[in-house]
Amino acid sequence: MAKLRTRQAISAAIRDEMLRDPNVVLLGEDVGDAAGVFKTSEGLLEEFGPTRVRDTPISEMGFLGAAVGAAATGLRPIVEIMFIEFLGVALDQLVTEAAKLHYLSGGGYKVPLVVRASAGAGLGFGAQHSQSFENWMFGAPGLKLAVVSGPRTAYGLLRAAVADDNPVVILEPRVLYADREEVETGGSGILQLGKAERLAEGDDVTIVALGSMTKVARVAAEAGRWSADVIDLLSLIPWDRQTVLDSVRKTGRLVIVEESPYTGGWGTEIASYVAAEAFGGLKAPITRISCPDVPVPFAEDLERRFLPSPEYVVAQVTELLETGKKPQPWWVQEGLA
Amino acid sequence: MSTVSERREAVRSQPPARYERMVEIRIFEDRVKQLFAEGLVRGTTHTAQGQEAVALGVASVLEPSDYVSCTYRGHHHALALGLTPETVMAEIMGRSAGSMNGLGGSMHLSDPAMGLLPTMAIVGAGIPIAAGAALTAQVQESGAVAVGLFGDGAANIGAFHEGLNLASVWKLPVVFICENNLYGEYTPIAVSTAVTDIASRAASYDMPGVVVDGQDLDTVIGEIETAVTRARAGEGPTLLEMKTYRYSGHSRADLATYRPDGELEQWEQRDPIQIYEDKLVEQGLMQPGDGADLHELYRAKIDEIATGLIDAPAPEPSDMFRNIYA
Repeated sequence: MAKLRTRQAISAAIRDEMLRDPNVVLLGEDVGDAAGVFKTSEGLLEEFGPTRVRDTPISEMGFLGAAVGAAATGLRPIVEIMFIEFLGVALDQLVTEAAKLHYLSGGGYKVPLVVRASAGAGLGFGAQHSQSFENWMFGAPGLKLAVVSGPRTAYGLLRAAVADDNPVVILEPRVLYADREEVETGGSGILQLGKAERLAEGDDVTIVALGSMTKVARVAAEAGRWSADVIDLLSLIPWDRQTVLDSVRKTGRLVIVEESPYTGGWGTEIASYVAAEAFGGLKAPITRISCPDVPVPFAEDLERRFLPSPEYVVAQVTELLETGKKPQPWWVQEGLA
Repeated sequence: MSTVSERREAVRSQPPARYERMVEIRIFEDRVKQLFAEGLVRGTTHTAQGQEAVALGVASVLEPSDYVSCTYRGHHHALALGLTPETVMAEIMGRSAGSMNGLGGSMHLSDPAMGLLPTMAIVGAGIPIAAGAALTAQVQESGAVAVGLFGDGAANIGAFHEGLNLASVWKLPVVFICENNLYGEYTPIAVSTAVTDIASRAASYDMPGVVVDGQDLDTVIGEIETAVTRARAGEGPTLLEMKTYRYSGHSRADLATYRPDGELEQWEQRDPIQIYEDKLVEQGLMQPGDGADLHELYRAKIDEIATGLIDAPAPEPSDMFRNIYA
């Protein structure tokens, strides 16, 4: 056990995997000398040298593509995409190449590739460096996707991802890099991909959250005058249907808290599944708490408003419980959209 | 039926086997084209009649433990590398006997034992992937090299620039081979590409760039050998541009009406199979008349394979749920 920041937990996970397997390499812009712009690879170049810790040109299609080829032929590359937005220029390599090579070789090739990317708002980076884009990975069978919610899950998910024989995308909410908590390192700190965690237990409502919204949901549940099952989904592909369904069958209500625009957010997948599978057991409409359908604003007050806050989650859940009706999002209540 | 590795070893060691394989490829591709025209196979296909020498060059020089990344115009490479006409034809026809159980089709062939990475149906995508296979060789110090094959059309997509630059700054053991068949889909190269010789772009990446007569197998082999030797010695990548020609259109539906009159006939005067046959006869490795006999033999053989596959079983529905995750 050690008290680590998220960025330190990431470095520790990469280090432990590099020690475990000489085929693990780290590729990305400024991951070597600079130790990553978010300091997520501190000490790795010094310890493992430039053959295994490589600064790349600013060319995501090139180095992510190279990582796909390297993964298929025996390495286990970890690729850092500095901002998830930069994955856009390399998406082909991820969804059409990496995700398909195992299938397109009749199982002959495996692609043990990890793509790590910082994601999300909250740091004043503006509209092109604050998005989440979990939904880019949906609809591409062959990929796995998990989202970090703090130092402990950063360590546990990353180690699981490197050990996995499939391409796995790990999103790291930028706003969490400096968060600190006790982290169990070593084998017992490894989490299972595809498994959610229940962080709080209650009877009135199930709150499903992901990434940076996990903390928001937990704080809200502590403050609310109701009791909630708070579930950190952790993995989106595949997602833990059973844990969510069991909880909703108990509480009869589902609230999903997402850091993404309302339209096409990952919560739609969870909502549609639960609505169909638990239809008769629902006591209230499924409610998605999300960001509005706008680019991420820069001005501090607006960016804060853009993101669901614990207070907002408390208000929305309270209204749902009191009225039995789906509360309108703030931008509708205020007539803004 | 000889095994895949025996077929590969044959072209690596015996010039007459290279000739025979080129004949096999030519007749195979003609038959594929015919099957599509007859409506017996669905989807699309991209044949490579006229480009056989490039495929035999790669297969003759590389070891099976080396890596090859090529494109959706890849039947010739798969056959040259050793895959059997039976499994490749079955794959193209969507039959369970295919190299991928019929789940891939014409554009998706692969065989790890021969180093053939899944052929890529996205233009340029295989270029950085070849660099990545070379990265494995470099990190593991295995001595392997990678060959990244692509067409002239791919020389204009970002993956070309990113892949070649990365390979050069990291001195990766990779040989980039452009099969310049003068057309990117339906568009002639002069309309789409600022330079006449793709090889001249190598200067931007500080690597050797060589224009090669892609119709002369011995020349092709010689240039690939030089580049592979350089790569294995840790001296970095090379860009080879094979000047060649696609006798057929881009894909199944393309009749290539955009070609100037006489262009095809001019290239047929420099047919890679004929050029190699003349050499082997001159060297006494073949007798005059052997070539015609072999053509006859392969026409019958490929016809038998294709005919036999028409009623062969399709894959089962359960097969589509396999091999999505390892």
